[in-house]
Amino acid sequence: MSFLTLTGIQKTYGANAVVRDFDLSVERGEFVTFLGPSGCGKTTTLRMIAGFETPTEGSIRIDGRDVTNLRANRRAIGMVFQAYALFPNMTVAQNIGFGLKVAGKPAAEIKARVGEMLAMIKLPQLAERYPYQLSGGQQQRVSLARALAPSPQILLLDEPLSALDARIRVSLREEIRALQRNLGITTIFVTHDQEEALSMSDRVVVMNEGAIEQVGTPSEIYNAPRTRFVASFVGTLNLLDGTIVDASAGAVDIDGQRATTRRKLNGAKPGDVLALALRPEALRLGEGGDDRNTLAGVIEDVSFLGAVVRVRIRLARAAIIVDTFNRGAGALPARGESIAVNFGADDLIPLQPT
Amino acid sequence: MKSGKFGAWLAVFVGVAYFLAPLVATFEFSLRMRRGEYSFDAYRVVFASDSFQASFLYSTVLAVVTIVVAILIVVPTAYWVQLSLPRLRGIVEFTTLLPLVIPAIVLVFGYIKLYGSSSILPLTATSLGADALLMFGYVGLGLPYMYRSVETALRSIDVRTLTEAAESQGAGIFTILFRVILPNIRSGILSGAFLTFAIVIGEFTFASLLDRPAFGPYLQLIGASRAYEPSALAIMAFALTWACMGLILLLGGGAPNSTGKR
Amino acid sequence: MTAVSATPARSVRLPNLAPWLGVAPFFLFAMMFLIAPTASLLVGAFQDHDGAFTFDNVLRLWQPSIRLSYLLSVEVSLASAFFGALIGLALALAVLRGGLPEWLRPTLMTFSGVASNFAGVPLAFAFMATLGRIGFVTILLKSVGVDIYAAGFNLFTFTGLTLTYLYFQIPLMVLVVTPAIDGVKREWGEAAEILGASRFQYWRMIVLPILWPSIMGASLLLFANAFGAIATAYALTGSFLNIVPILLYAQIRGDVLHDPNLGYALALGMLTITGLSNLAYLYLRARSDRWLK
Repeated sequence: MSFLTLTGIQKTYGANAVVRDFDLSVERGEFVTFLGPSGCGKTTTLRMIAGFETPTEGSIRIDGRDVTNLRANRRAIGMVFQAYALFPNMTVAQNIGFGLKVAGKPAAEIKARVGEMLAMIKLPQLAERYPYQLSGGQQQRVSLARALAPSPQILLLDEPLSALDARIRVSLREEIRALQRNLGITTIFVTHDQEEALSMSDRVVVMNEGAIEQVGTPSEIYNAPRTRFVASFVGTLNLLDGTIVDASAGAVDIDGQRATTRRKLNGAKPGDVLALALRPEALRLGEGGDDRNTLAGVIEDVSFLGAVVRVRIRLARAAIIVDTFNRGAGALPARGESIAVNFGADDLIPLQPT
Repeated sequence: MKSGKFGAWLAVFVGVAYFLAPLVATFEFSLRMRRGEYSFDAYRVVFASDSFQASFLYSTVLAVVTIVVAILIVVPTAYWVQLSLPRLRGIVEFTTLLPLVIPAIVLVFGYIKLYGSSSILPLTATSLGADALLMFGYVGLGLPYMYRSVETALRSIDVRTLTEAAESQGAGIFTILFRVILPNIRSGILSGAFLTFAIVIGEFTFASLLDRPAFGPYLQLIGASRAYEPSALAIMAFALTWACMGLILLLGGGAPNSTGKR
Repeated sequence: MTAVSATPARSVRLPNLAPWLGVAPFFLFAMMFLIAPTASLLVGAFQDHDGAFTFDNVLRLWQPSIRLSYLLSVEVSLASAFFGALIGLALALAVLRGGLPEWLRPTLMTFSGVASNFAGVPLAFAFMATLGRIGFVTILLKSVGVDIYAAGFNLFTFTGLTLTYLYFQIPLMVLVVTPAIDGVKREWGEAAEILGASRFQYWRMIVLPILWPSIMGASLLLFANAFGAIATAYALTGSFLNIVPILLYAQIRGDVLHDPNLGYALALGMLTITGLSNLAYLYLRARSDRWLK
């Protein structure tokens, strides 16, 4: 049974539909990420779950209860904000204990719980400090502790890592996920960073312009993108135009060269032009065997990215990017060289027209 | 949040009532000069009066001189503090806050003691000397606002680059200040100028104690002896202050004190 | 200076001296017309007729009439500061955070800018026309059966003066407290709400404590402002209400027993009070700035 259900959610401001036809079921204990560019409606949807915005249409149910018209301070939800939002006039301990104090819990209980939370985020020594004395990462961890202290039924995080340094972002990401697993709390995470989304989530909801593009596990989203938008937003991607030669055999023509895909080409007729996606890491340099597709081209550019070497190859008109592992000095291909690339028939992904 | 909004509207209405009532009352009173009907007689009498014209002219001229002197003192200071003497910034800003801490009556008392007829520099002894003293007093009263306006304007232009560009063209310091910097901070200067003008026109304490024929003492005298003219004058004073503020806003300066730095 | 090279004649540039010469007029002005006069008064407060050092003047401030004067000044300043702060705060909160139409804010700010400078003699006239015996509001109230003068109200008293002072105190409060109110971030309200707090709890536990230093500071500013004001009082109540500035005014003009040294002591007293208030204001400002970073 779904713990959090959003049904038919719409949010309109005047003539502007900011969120359209949003349906989602989240299981208890699941970590779901809303992923998308700015303005796609992910934060608005999160705020509707929190209760800061009311849906124009549709309903929200938590644990079987309809909360659509319930005030935010009655929903027993914890939220972490992008700008930390710690109360500047209170110490760390007072911040964390705020939810419990407001609920009228006895002082001893509050003290114990605050101690627990501080131990959980591993910052017991900062109990008496004020927010202005803390670093960004510390403030965000306190913010997390504050949200979790009243034992909410759902945890919401609104781009909590965007304001932090890259290094802290990665370590905090792992901490948040570990914490969430331990507590088993149903969590909704909003971000525009696909790396965060893929590494942390049980499922990802990719959004664009107010609507859901695709819902799936990180692996599904990455390896089986359903639309051009999802394919290009998540990970780097090669987008090629292929002309159908034989739909049933999966044969396509790319820039004058033949390739085969084992994926479904639903209802396509010979002569149709289709968008085909190809992941850079699926390609290998050199001629492939008979069971693989091979395309020939000329090396246009070679970028050394550390662990990965990125090669751009020009076909007749289109360009393909190949990511290959760095095999040590001296093994880099040269610009202007003629080269072939090969990939499996499964790797060529036809995309639905958007 | 219905009750919250009601309370808010209530506060606004009470505020509006309190602030509008005196203006309405004064205006209405000023129209009552002619028995039995409303007229602008009070205003006509005031405008025609010699003492009005003389005192208003005096204050206006004084205000203009004050503004010029203030610009001559403030602009080079703000310029150099920003360009070459950042360490002086603290002490300069503190100095510009002094006129806000020292009450006007205390300051003018100090003037009378230091520059009175029995002192080393007896400015009060001569008419011109007293005028000069009054003028310097007014420069002081307007200093916080003039300085802040000019400083804000200077910060929005790249002083260093402008100076270096001008120098490379062979400009001397006066040329730089008056032909290059000044035109670029015009709005800041004008903001400060209008506020100084508003302050000078209605000022009473300094003018009265230094015994100068300014507008402020004239207002007070009229109030003591006439019935309807004071109201007309009050309305005119208010309108004048509004006009100055309106011009300041037009220049994009924003209301004074709204930056929160006093 | 005979130019040897072909470069155009420039005004003399002394590299390191120019900035100092440039700021010299400012400091000269400050010295001559701000610092020296005030210092001279302060010194004079501790001198007698012959210039010898004495505490006598300061001690004489304790005499009943002068003590009463200071007390009256403090009372008027406290009253106008207290009510000015209260009403100014209410007005600012209503317009900035009360959910009212957006255009009210610039209107309030502009009006406050004007009204805070509308003091002195014209203000006294305006209030006479409003609440004097034949004032507009007085007559209006009489027409609905409320005779304020019969009830004991009089414009030319403590109450009337305080009421008049409010006309520039309230706008001043609005102007000074607005940046502090702006500094209260909306996220704090949302964070408090999602943690279960009611509106009242949010205001009591978060907003008011955060604003408190600014409110206190602004009140001190209002207090100092009222304490030093004279023109309005002189125009309204003349010498009837013997607040310290009026007393000082009379001393300077020689209306009373001409005793300049006592006058210096009076000035010293005034300056001490306004100085301390302003210092306290600056301290509170700094503290709240540090919290809010």
